[in-house]
Amino acid sequence: MLYREALNRAYDEAMALDETVVTLGEDVGLYGGSFRVTEGLVEKYGEKRVMDTPIAELSIVGNAVGMAIGGLRPVAEIMTGNFSLLAFDQIINHMAKLRYMSNGKITLPMVVRFPQGVSKQLAAQHSESYEQMLCAVPGLRVLSVCDVNYAYHALKHAILSDDPYIFIEHELLYNKKGGVNFDEQLDPFKARIAKEGRYVTIVSYLKMVDDVMTAVPEIEKELGCSCEVIDLCSLNPVDYETLKASIEKTSRLVMVEEDHKTGGYGAQIVSWAAEELFYALDAPPLRLAGADVPIPYNRTLELASIPTPDSIAKDVIEWGRKNDV
Amino acid sequence: MNKLEAENIYFEMVRGRAFEYAAKEHYMQGDISGFLHLDIGQEALSVAAVKAFEKGDIFSTYREHIMAMARGIEPSAVMAELFGKASGVSGGKGGSMHLFEPSHFFYGGDAIVGGHIPNAVGCAYARKLQGSEDGVMVIFGDGATNGGAFFESLNNAATQKLPLLFLCENNGYAIGTAITRAAPFKEQVKKAEPYMLTYSVDGMDAEAVYNVVREAQTKIQEGHGPIFIEAFTCRFEGHSVSDSNAYRSAQEMEHCKAKDPIEHFKAVLREKYLLSDADISTLEEKAQKEVDDAVTFAKAAAEPEVDALFEHVFAEEV
Repeated sequence: MLYREALNRAYDEAMALDETVVTLGEDVGLYGGSFRVTEGLVEKYGEKRVMDTPIAELSIVGNAVGMAIGGLRPVAEIMTGNFSLLAFDQIINHMAKLRYMSNGKITLPMVVRFPQGVSKQLAAQHSESYEQMLCAVPGLRVLSVCDVNYAYHALKHAILSDDPYIFIEHELLYNKKGGVNFDEQLDPFKARIAKEGRYVTIVSYLKMVDDVMTAVPEIEKELGCSCEVIDLCSLNPVDYETLKASIEKTSRLVMVEEDHKTGGYGAQIVSWAAEELFYALDAPPLRLAGADVPIPYNRTLELASIPTPDSIAKDVIEWGRKNDV
Repeated sequence: MNKLEAENIYFEMVRGRAFEYAAKEHYMQGDISGFLHLDIGQEALSVAAVKAFEKGDIFSTYREHIMAMARGIEPSAVMAELFGKASGVSGGKGGSMHLFEPSHFFYGGDAIVGGHIPNAVGCAYARKLQGSEDGVMVIFGDGATNGGAFFESLNNAATQKLPLLFLCENNGYAIGTAITRAAPFKEQVKKAEPYMLTYSVDGMDAEAVYNVVREAQTKIQEGHGPIFIEAFTCRFEGHSVSDSNAYRSAQEMEHCKAKDPIEHFKAVLREKYLLSDADISTLEEKAQKEVDDAVTFAKAAAEPEVDALFEHVFAEEV
C-alpha cells in the first residue's frame, strides 16, 4: 500500500465510522485531491461531506474551526505548507487557543493536513517546512508521519480525537510503499525506533528518516559501530522517554532535519538533551539541517540546500571520527 | 415586539449601560485590567439584535459584554471574568474580549478583528448539514469589513447559501480611524450587495433593529441563505477605556449623544407601550441592583488556582 493510499484508507474508515467527519480544501472533492489523498471520497460521501473550497486558505481553516464548534469533525487540507501562511491567524489565534481561552467550554475536534517540504524543483514558494512555528504554539497536536503503517493509524487517530491536530506530510512520501497492520493498536505519540543500535542515536522525522536509513550502512561501515535511528512521529508532544533511553544507551546524539537550521525544530531536541542529559553525552550533539537560504529551483543547488543520504553519511562520519565514536 | 419584549429590551439596555459604567469604574480602580471596550451608546443595537435573533448561534466581536448578557449569560459571570476570577464565564482565562458560553450558543468574544467571521461561516455550514434552521449570527464592527476574512466569508456564505446573518455595527471608527479614511464609502453594506440580500438600519433605534433582525432570521429559517445587515450606531466613549477619544470633536460627540438609544427607547415605552414613569424606574432600579450584585460577586470571587494554568489546553490526556 502507498503512503497516500494509507491516508485515504484512514479518511475513508473515519468517515464511515462517524458521519460528523467532513473534509474540505482546494480540489479535495471532484478533482480527487492534489496528491490523490482524498480520491474517491466525494463519490462515496457526497459533496456535503467532501467540500471543494475556493482558493482561500484563511477560510479553509477558519471555516473548519467553526464547523468544529458547530459539532462536526472537519479535516482541512492545506494544499501545500507555504499556502498555510494565509491561514496562520486561524491556526494560531483560533484553532490553538479557543479551548484554553474558553476554559474548556469549546472543544475543537479537527485536523489540518499539511503537505510540505522540499519536493523536486518547486522553488522557494512551494518548498517550505513550518513545524518549528506550529510546535511553538501551545494548543496544537503536531504529528509528522514517515512510516506508511504509522500514517494510517495516526491520521485515523487524529480525525477521531477531540483535539486540534496538525498532520504534517512530506510531499515526497506520498508514493512510498509499506505494509499496514489494520488491527494494530498504535500510539501515535510514541516515537518509532526505525533501527536499533548501540553507539549513536540519530533522531529525525518525516522524509529525513528514510534518508538517514539510506546513509546508515555507510556510517556503520566507516565508524565500525551500530547506529540507533529514531523516528519522532509526533513533534508535539515529543516522546522524550524513548529518546532518553536511547541516548543513555548510546551516549551520542545526532539530529537530522530538512528545515533551515536557524530556529529549526531540531534545536528543541538538542537543547533538551543539553539540559537533561548533559552528563550522559560522550560527544557534543551534531545537528544536520537545511541551509539558511530560500530553496532554489536548480536541482544541484536544491540538493545542496538540504541534507541528503550522501551528506548525512559524510557529516556523521566526520563528526564520529573527530569524537572517537 | 410586544410590551413584555419591549420592557425586557429596555431593561437589558439600561443594565448594559450600568454594567459598562461599573466596569469602567473598576478599571480605574485597578480591579479590571487589560483592554476594556465599552458599548455605551450602542446598547440598542447590541441588545435588540441578540434578543431578536432568539434561537441560533451567535459569534460576537470583542465589544461583547452586553450581547453576552442579552444572550442570557449572568452579569455576575461576565463581571467576574473582567475581574479575572475563577467563576468568570471563561474561568478568568479569557477576560473582557473572550466570553464563551456554548450552553447559550454564544461563542465569544474574539479579539482578532474579523477573525471570527470565517468561524461563523463554518458553524453555519455545520448547522445546514445538521438540518437546523435557526441559523448563525455573526456580529462585527465596520473596521472588520476591510480585511480578507470578511470578503472570503461573504463569498463562501453566498456560494453555499448558508444560514448566516452578517451584522455590521458601523460606529464609524476603527479605533481612531474614521471608516471614510479606511474605505471609499461610509456604507459598508455596499460591499455585501453583490453577494446577498442586504438591509440598512438605524442602530440607535432598538425597535428598528429588532424588527429587521427578526425579519432576517425568519427569512434565513425559510432557507433564504445569507443576509447582511448594516446598523449605524455611535459609541459614546473611546475605542477602549485607555482611548481619550480626542479624534472626535465636541460637536460630533454632542450630535452622537443627542441620539441616545436609551432615551429614545424610553420615549417609545411611554408612548407606544404606555409604561408609566414608575414602571420605568422599577426596571432601572432592578437593572442597577443586578449590576451592583455582579460587582459584589466579582470582588468576592476566588482567584483561579495556579494549577489551572495547565488546564484545558487539550481535551485528551496524552
